[in-house]
Amino acid sequence: MNLLLKHITLPLANFTLEVDAGIRSRVTAIFGPSGAGKTSLLDLIAGLRCAQSAFIQLDDRVLTDTAKGFFVPTHQRGIGYVPQDLALFPHLSVRQNLLYGCKSGGAADPLFSFDHVIEVLEIRSLIVRGVTELSGGEKQRVALARALLASPRLLLLDEPLASLDAPLKAKIIPYLTRIRDEFRIPMLCVTHDRFEALALADEIIVLVNGQVLQTGPVLDVFNRPANSDVAKIVSVETLQAGSIAGLNEGLATVKIRDVTLTALAPTTGAREVFVCIRGEDVILQRDAAVASSVRNRLSARIVALRTEGALVRVELDAGFPLFALITRPACIELALREGEPITALIKTPAIHLVPR
Amino acid sequence: MTSEEWQIVWFTAWVSALSTLVILPFGLALAWILARRDWLGKSIVETLVSLPLVMPPVATGLILLKLFGRRGAIGGFLHDQLNFDVIFTWRAVLLALSVMSLPLLIRSARVAFEEVNPRLEQIARTLGAGNWRVFFTITVPLAARGIVAGMILAFARALGEFGATIMVAGNIPGKTSTLSLTIFQDVQLGQDAHAFRLLGVSVVLAFAAVWFSEFLLRRRKK
Repeated sequence: MNLLLKHITLPLANFTLEVDAGIRSRVTAIFGPSGAGKTSLLDLIAGLRCAQSAFIQLDDRVLTDTAKGFFVPTHQRGIGYVPQDLALFPHLSVRQNLLYGCKSGGAADPLFSFDHVIEVLEIRSLIVRGVTELSGGEKQRVALARALLASPRLLLLDEPLASLDAPLKAKIIPYLTRIRDEFRIPMLCVTHDRFEALALADEIIVLVNGQVLQTGPVLDVFNRPANSDVAKIVSVETLQAGSIAGLNEGLATVKIRDVTLTALAPTTGAREVFVCIRGEDVILQRDAAVASSVRNRLSARIVALRTEGALVRVELDAGFPLFALITRPACIELALREGEPITALIKTPAIHLVPR
Repeated sequence: MTSEEWQIVWFTAWVSALSTLVILPFGLALAWILARRDWLGKSIVETLVSLPLVMPPVATGLILLKLFGRRGAIGGFLHDQLNFDVIFTWRAVLLALSVMSLPLLIRSARVAFEEVNPRLEQIARTLGAGNWRVFFTITVPLAARGIVAGMILAFARALGEFGATIMVAGNIPGKTSTLSLTIFQDVQLGQDAHAFRLLGVSVVLAFAAVWFSEFLLRRRKK
C-alpha cells in the first residue's frame, strides 16, 4: 500500500489541519488527543469532505488533486470506513446492512465473499436480527464486516475500540488483527489510546492540533519522542518487547531480555507482549534490604540524570533501559549520581502488558 | 346521498389525492435542498414556500388567476402556444389545491430529512452507493414517516380548500364543484339538509386523514 497525503490544508474551528505524509505500512495509527483533526483527516481520505488544498493518491490512483480540480466521488473510491458511531442503518436488518456494499454478482475476490467474511468475524448467528438488537461488540463486528464486504482497497477505522469497555476491547482486538492478517487489507486507524496503537499498528502518525508532530514505527516513536509535546502525549517512559514465561493465579511472569518481572496477566492469551512502565511508577531506593510489598525489585545502575522542570528523569540500566521520574528534592536527598548502583521498585499493577 | 352528491365527493377526493401526488416529487426535492444545503437566497425561498400558509387563500387565488388567466404570463403562453386552458376547469382546482397544500408537505418532509443522521448517508457512499441510491435507500426510508404524515396533512388541506379554488376555478356544477364550494353554495341557497349530508362526509374524511397521520407519528416516536 502506498497512500500519499500531500499539501493537505483544511481550516477547522480552532486550528488548521496540515498534513504532508506518505503511508506505506500495513496498519498505521493516527494518534493524538481528541479534537486533533484525526476524524477530519479520515473524512478527507474517504472524500466526504473537501480540503482547501490536497493531493491524495492511493497506490497508482489519484483520488483528490485540488490544484487540478480533480476529485473522485466517495462511492467510486473503494475505501471502507467504519466511523466511531458505526453508522449501522437502523431501518435495515443485519443481513441487509452487510449486503449494502456488496458488488452485485458477489465479490471478485473469494477472500471477500459473504461466507468467508461472516465466518472470520463470527457473526453468522446475528444476520437474521435487527440492528437495534445487537450488543456493542456485535455492532462493531457487523460494521467491520459490512465495510469488508464492499472489498475495499483501504480500511479507515475511527476509534474502533473507544466506545467499548475494557473486557470488550480485549475481545475485539483479536478480530482487528485477524482482519489485518487474513484479508491483507491496509488499515488506517484513528486512536487516542496508546495501548490500542501498540496492539494494532506498525507505524504511527502523531497528530496534535492539526499538525503532524512525528511519524515512524510505533516503538521508535514511543521510545524516542521527537520533542516534549510528543512525549507528553505518548507518556510512556519505558517500552520494551517481552514475552510471558508463565501465568499463575492472575499474575504473569514476563521476561525482558534476562530480567524477570511480575505483572497482572493480560486478558488475551498473547505470549508476546510490549511491557509499558510509566516513569512516575518507578520508585528508587538506596537500601536493597528494606522489606516492602513491592514485587519487582531490580538492581540497576544510573546511566543519566536529566532535570525536567520540577522533576528529574533518571535513565537506568536494569538489564534493559528503564526510566524513572522523581522530584528534584528526592534526587538531592538520595544523592543520586551517574554510574552509581540503585534499586528500582515497580508495583505489579504499574506494569502494563500489551499484546504485540 | 344523490348521485350528484357522490360525484362531488368523488371529484374532491381524487383531485385532492392527485394534487398530493403532483407536489410530491417537487416538494421532496425542495424539502431536501432546504434541509441539506446552504445557498444564497435560501431564506427567501423558505419564506416564499410558506407564504400560501399565512396569506389569505383568496389572495393566493387572485395571484394564480392573474398568472394563469388567458392574459396572464403563464396562462397566456399556455393558451396561445398549446391551446391549453387552466382557469375555470378541473385543472384550476388541481392547481389551487397543489399550491395551497405544498407548504405543509415541505415543512413536514424537511423536518424529517433534517432528523436523518448525515453520517449514515456518508457511510452508504463509502459502501459504493451514488447520490440517488443513497437518497432512495437511506434518506427516504428513514424519513418515511415524516414524509407520509406530510402527505396526509397536504391531502387534508386540499380536501377543505375553498378560497383559492373559488377564485381560479369558480364553482361550476359537475365540473369544478368541490365539497367546500358546494356546502357554501347550499347554505346560501337555504338547502340545509343537503349541506349537512356533505358536512358529514367532510368530517369523516378529515377525521380519517388526521387520525392516520397521528397514528404514523406515534409509531415514529417508538
